[in-house]
Amino acid sequence: MNESAHLWLIPLFPFLGFLLNGILGSRLPRRLVSAIGILAPLVSFVVVLGDFGATIISAASSCPNCGQVTALALPASETLSYPWLAIGALHVDFTFVLDQLSAVMLLVVTGVGFLIHIYSIGYMKDEPGYARYFSFLNLFLFFMTVLVLAGNFLLMFVGWEGVGLASYLLIGFYFDRKSAADAGKKAFIVNRIGDFGFLIGIFLILSTFGTLSFTGITVRLAVSPDWHGTVLTVICLCLLVGAAGKSAQLPLYVWLPDAMEGPTPVSALIHAATMVTAGVYMIARTHLLFDRSPVALWTVAIVGAATALFAATIGLVQNDIKRVLAYSTISQLGYMFLACGVAAYSAAIFHLVMHAFFKALLFLAAGSVIHAMGGEQDLRKMGGLRKKLPVTFWTMTAAVLAIAGFFPFAGFFSKDAILYAAFLQGTGGKLLWFVGLVTALLTSLYMFRLWYMAFMGEPRSEVKHHHATPLSMLVPLVILGVLSLCGGWIGIEQFSAYLAPVTTAHRPMPTGNPALEFILSIAAVLVALEGWLIADKYYRRKLERPAQLAAALPTGYKLLLNKYYVDEIYGAVIIKPLFAFSKFVLGGVDLLLAGVAWLLVGIASISGMILQRWQSGNLRSYAAWLAAGAAAVLLFLLLSGSPHAWSLTFFHSQPILKMSHITVIQPGQAGH
Amino acid sequence: MTFLQHDVPISWYLLLSAILFSLGVVGFLIKRNLITVFMSIELMLNAVNLSFVAFSYQWHEVRGQIFVFFVMMVAAAEAAVGLAIIIAVFRARSTLAVDRIDLMKL
Repeated sequence: MNESAHLWLIPLFPFLGFLLNGILGSRLPRRLVSAIGILAPLVSFVVVLGDFGATIISAASSCPNCGQVTALALPASETLSYPWLAIGALHVDFTFVLDQLSAVMLLVVTGVGFLIHIYSIGYMKDEPGYARYFSFLNLFLFFMTVLVLAGNFLLMFVGWEGVGLASYLLIGFYFDRKSAADAGKKAFIVNRIGDFGFLIGIFLILSTFGTLSFTGITVRLAVSPDWHGTVLTVICLCLLVGAAGKSAQLPLYVWLPDAMEGPTPVSALIHAATMVTAGVYMIARTHLLFDRSPVALWTVAIVGAATALFAATIGLVQNDIKRVLAYSTISQLGYMFLACGVAAYSAAIFHLVMHAFFKALLFLAAGSVIHAMGGEQDLRKMGGLRKKLPVTFWTMTAAVLAIAGFFPFAGFFSKDAILYAAFLQGTGGKLLWFVGLVTALLTSLYMFRLWYMAFMGEPRSEVKHHHATPLSMLVPLVILGVLSLCGGWIGIEQFSAYLAPVTTAHRPMPTGNPALEFILSIAAVLVALEGWLIADKYYRRKLERPAQLAAALPTGYKLLLNKYYVDEIYGAVIIKPLFAFSKFVLGGVDLLLAGVAWLLVGIASISGMILQRWQSGNLRSYAAWLAAGAAAVLLFLLLSGSPHAWSLTFFHSQPILKMSHITVIQPGQAGH
Repeated sequence: MTFLQHDVPISWYLLLSAILFSLGVVGFLIKRNLITVFMSIELMLNAVNLSFVAFSYQWHEVRGQIFVFFVMMVAAAEAAVGLAIIIAVFRARSTLAVDRIDLMKL
């Protein structure tokens, strides 16, 4: 480990951008605001790129046989540490750690973030609050880099809460629209529930390990290799609650679809590519804890698989283009959790990176479509956009092929790695693999449904204001399109080898064979192809056939269209009782408190009314009161004891100077 | 010397002081002219001075006389400032009647 002083530069620049645009932005010209907004992630990206090169070199030199690192061999990393809190036995440092895992994460965050900043210039061009938008976006990058670089749980929690704040601000960017303001609140409150679990987990870690730093926990775990206590399981489940809140997993996923109220580039950056993957990152970062608890790992896997399937089915029938993508994001995050649950952490991170490429692209392309349609988001009113938006169409096609998992696009490699890792985990693992495979089918189906409905067929509505897509929006689309195509070519083996110092699971891992992997990947591609064919059959030309199908299965269709009524169930089970309780508090307890307050107010104002008569402004009445008061004091002294004694005490308490001590010329002496 | 020490008891001085003080108070309360009010204050101060000196002599304590000097000093300062204020008030309002000077009233 070498001390490195420039790590703080990575979060610094977005923070400066936030301050500049936040304070001065409304007075600066738009070009300058854009320049500041873009430079912040660009500089950070360059710094990260430099550090990334350094970790690759050090990984190559210090870790020749990364497959067999022992628990004590710490990853080649850079740290930056300042004392922060020291309360009694609790010592928390302000520590930034750059190792392979955080380097990969930072590359995604700043790199994709940079592209989305560029895209935003074109997309947000005519919006009021342009500077506010960029300052919030930079604020998000600041907190996200803090989260990723954090070397202990407390600092991570700071970033964790900070990205939640930025997400809230950006979901509610159009705060004059009630639905957007409500969506922001919903995201914040649901995340609070998850953060509650995360905090409890942090407290448990503190009381169990006596430290919050990742290194300290690693060392403590390494010295007791046979420790598999219940407390570790409880800690992991608490952390899982936090991760499920941030990464929109069952049962806390409900905020993410509503978060689509924010501007589309925000959905791309925060609610698809980076922030929502923080939960996956956290589990990968703390996997040493999860490795010790099979129960917690199975819970993670089951939550992930269930979420993947659940969200994919809802995505099948949604008509809002952004909502389809939101459910798809939830579903893909479920895949990552599934990978974490089978201890395939590097596969999870691999999918995270690939997902960041193609999902950001999907959102940006959707944003381009919405931009061109003049704000229309309903898929039923689109159609035939292939000729009007050729660049968007081709990049979107790359992204759809990538998320559906077609060879040789990015999603094929990462999804394949996850499914393969799940398949190797015994009977339960086979079940997880099967759920993953069904989800892959559904994923391909709903993505091609979107593709057909938006780009193929005939236009279903007249677009009055057809906007041309500006260059600043096209360039990020093309770059992300290339990444969606080629990103996976790194290969999971290379990627795992790079991440190995951080993410190698310290538990027995089953070994597979290449033939099995090949067969499984063929199966996955066939399933994706099947999804395409179904979408082709139903959605290629007109929308009558799916409508007939929906009419044939009214219950199922309605169930899906209304998202399994989860919002309604939460409303009835949690929110309504809470409201009733609040009303009781308002009616009973609050009334009591208000009564006491009113009583005090009454006393004060009545006595004020009486006393104000004294304030007559008449000088002589004041003097009379003064004299009366003085007389009263004198009278009191006279009646309450001997004033003589009082005056004696007064004069004789400290006899410093007496007449007898000094010569005084007495009258009459002069005559003698 | 004997006259002071034996023939006139301290209570006489105190009585005179009390009478003067009460005159001052009454004057302060009933007079309307600001200058007369001011003179009443001076009268009260000097009544207090008298009892200070009397006690000081009775108890052979020099501190009482020192107090008197302080009171005189304050009274002189007060006279200077007070008269200046009175002149300013008269210039501004053309009256010195106490009950007309009530701008501070709510």
